[in-house]
Amino acid sequence: MAHGPAKGISRWLFTTNHKDIGTMYLWFSFAMFILGGAFAMIIRAELFQPGMQLVEPAFFNQMTTLHGLVMVFGAIMPSFVGLANWLIPMMIGAPDMALPRMNNWSFWILPPAFLMLASTLFMEGGAPAFGWTFYAPLSTTYAAPSVTFFIFSIHVLGLSSIMGSINIIATVMNMRAPGMTYMKMPLFVWTWLITAFLLVAVMPVLAGAVTMMLMDVHFGTSFFSAAGGGDPVLFQHIFWFFGHPEVYIIILPAFGVVSQIIPAFSRKPLFGYDSMVYATAAIAFLSFIVWAHHMYTVGMPVAGELFFMYATMLIAVPTGVKVFNWITTMWRGALSFETPMLFCIGFLVLFTIGGFTGLMLSIAPADFQYHDSYFVVAHFHYVMVAGAVFSMTAAVYFWLPKWCGKMYNETMGKTHFWISFIGFNITFFPQHFVGLAGMPRRIPDYSLQFADFNMMSSIGAFIYGASQIMFLYNVIATIVAGKPVSDDKVWDGAEGLEWTVATPAPYHTFETPPTIDPAHAHS
Amino acid sequence: MTTQASTDHEKYYVPESSPLAVLATIGLVLSIFGAANFMNDLTFGEPGEASPAILYTGLFFFAATLFVWFRTTIRENIAGMASGQLKKSYVLGMFWFIFSEVMFFAAFFGALFYVRNLAGPWLAGEGEGGRMNGLLWEGFQYAWPMMTTPQEAVGGAASQLMANNGSFTSAETSMAFADAHHWYAWLPMWNTIILLSSSVTVHMAHTGLLGGDKKKFNLWLALTVVLGIVFLCLQVAEYYEAYAHFGLTLNSGIYGSTFFMLTGFHGFHVFMGMTMLAIQLYRSVRNGHFTAEDHFGFEASSWYWHFVDVVWVFLFLFVYIL
Repeated sequence: MAHGPAKGISRWLFTTNHKDIGTMYLWFSFAMFILGGAFAMIIRAELFQPGMQLVEPAFFNQMTTLHGLVMVFGAIMPSFVGLANWLIPMMIGAPDMALPRMNNWSFWILPPAFLMLASTLFMEGGAPAFGWTFYAPLSTTYAAPSVTFFIFSIHVLGLSSIMGSINIIATVMNMRAPGMTYMKMPLFVWTWLITAFLLVAVMPVLAGAVTMMLMDVHFGTSFFSAAGGGDPVLFQHIFWFFGHPEVYIIILPAFGVVSQIIPAFSRKPLFGYDSMVYATAAIAFLSFIVWAHHMYTVGMPVAGELFFMYATMLIAVPTGVKVFNWITTMWRGALSFETPMLFCIGFLVLFTIGGFTGLMLSIAPADFQYHDSYFVVAHFHYVMVAGAVFSMTAAVYFWLPKWCGKMYNETMGKTHFWISFIGFNITFFPQHFVGLAGMPRRIPDYSLQFADFNMMSSIGAFIYGASQIMFLYNVIATIVAGKPVSDDKVWDGAEGLEWTVATPAPYHTFETPPTIDPAHAHS
Repeated sequence: MTTQASTDHEKYYVPESSPLAVLATIGLVLSIFGAANFMNDLTFGEPGEASPAILYTGLFFFAATLFVWFRTTIRENIAGMASGQLKKSYVLGMFWFIFSEVMFFAAFFGALFYVRNLAGPWLAGEGEGGRMNGLLWEGFQYAWPMMTTPQEAVGGAASQLMANNGSFTSAETSMAFADAHHWYAWLPMWNTIILLSSSVTVHMAHTGLLGGDKKKFNLWLALTVVLGIVFLCLQVAEYYEAYAHFGLTLNSGIYGSTFFMLTGFHGFHVFMGMTMLAIQLYRSVRNGHFTAEDHFGFEASSWYWHFVDVVWVFLFLFVYIL
């Protein structure tokens, strides 16, 4: 095992190495990010002006659907799995992931699943056009035949997530170096452990939902058909029982990343480590009992509306704990503002805005006004893009020098941040206003009074989209011709085992477990 | 401080690069591609001949890869490459895999409870959700098992106001105990007895193995496998009864949907568990595998078996009795 990677393509196809697999996940997710981004550009181009200009309404619906599916399941989730693969073994002092061959399998079933999903665009009747939430009966009675391929690709990526999560749980529970107790683990490991529990718990429920769809479409069952005694609303309950934990699956690893990076550039340990761990666990628990806040307008009994409203509001408490802890970590720190830190501060500001709009949406009576409007679109993009994607970008800048042994171009990185930050806000901030004024989501055309803000949104989207090309260029330029870094500890304030191995990180690390000083606090 | 622990630490076995994952991917992708085409052919249009062939090729390829995969793992273990720590990873892996299966069944049980306690009464006009009954499903009375679907209550698919994806004709006879002609002809009861006994027999096998009595182990394990097969046969007989004599099919509205999906997925899991145990039996009898200390392949299969048993208890309660 002392030897390095195999030569050629077989290295990637047959690998059992957590770093190779992490790299593949990261590149794959970036490819999906570009694909999902291209769909978004088509959406924004159509919405540039009122009236129909570029695409047919049916195709527009396919774009909103595929944009959501590709971004959630193809870009954000795999990117954090890639990060987990690269970092968790190095952070806990393990030689690799617990089950390396299964790890490789978890990755390799993803690309064909997304190929199948994307190929539905070219099928008769077109791609799925029922929105990424695929509500019945749009996705059953009224779906195009391509829905079958959609269902099976969801099955496959669920399988990938479950196997990946089992691997992460086994790694964290079983592979920590001696002395690396749970309460010494870096917060990124903690957030991923809890995320993995969520994934193992809810991905099978999603599999159940799409299986019921499959049976309704092809085999005459009536789960989501009232004529047979079922209920379309049942679909929404099952979907959101998966879907709400899913948004925490996306954001918890982002919290972990931010909790690593902010202390590094504040040159202070994370404030309130223990409370961070408990807050993460509390958020995970609450995520299971709030799902129906996505369904306030569906006609639930009032008792249900109230329960889900209060439970949802409770989530603000542990989330607030986290935000205050990050700010307190920075308080009186020796701050410096390299690109990863900029993205984390951007995260902090914008995610908090997304959190507050979430609080507005959690109020059931108010949600009757906001429901399915652009206000919701603005809300979840503040969480998904400025939350998950910004922190993921920060993570790439932060750990890239450790991964490839070369330093990225800092000026270009900072430029990328500012253009992203400005472009993002131009895109999504006006959507709050058009949403509150009544513009519904998922429509290719709109009333004239929304024209100015929509044009602004589209311009912002093109700016944000273009800035990602700069990101791609910067990463490739770094790998190919970046300035070599020789320090093990790339950032002077960074703490943790991954900064104790050589730079670039050797193919195999911690083949014998490192020693951990019991007096040393968590990293 | 941890230096002594570090030297004691067994080396964790990280396998060399392996084509297994890519082969399994090919099998899986062929299977789902074939299955999706096959189903679309059946439902939407021209029957193609290639789709079933792709499906079966994929399934065979997938099964063959899994066979090689497990064989590799077993050989590595016999060669002494698996450290105690790796075995703990397997234990954790199996535990969380079973947990994910529990959650899969939870989705279907959740659907059952939702329909029985909320959606069903609402469709019949009860409670806060029942305001649409007079408009859409006038005359529908809720009862479980649902022997009249809302569609039938309003006089068939042609006279219903809501579009739907089929015609739902409820069963003439349900699978409930009340509808059984004789208590001894009620298959679910026999199946419960069989499956509960099989949990005991598999435990007896484990006791035999722990005591080093391989003969006892093989005997009790064989009995478990036989009980599993008998269970599956009875299940098939029950499905035949349902379709041939009870009018209970997948099209029988939500009662048929939940009945067949819950018992069907359970039956599939029994088949999987039985296959796993049969493989362990083969390994023990033919190759003399398993010792009192080292028998995780058997242990994991037996956990799985207990899991399907527990699921059955819930099925028996909520699908057949209550």
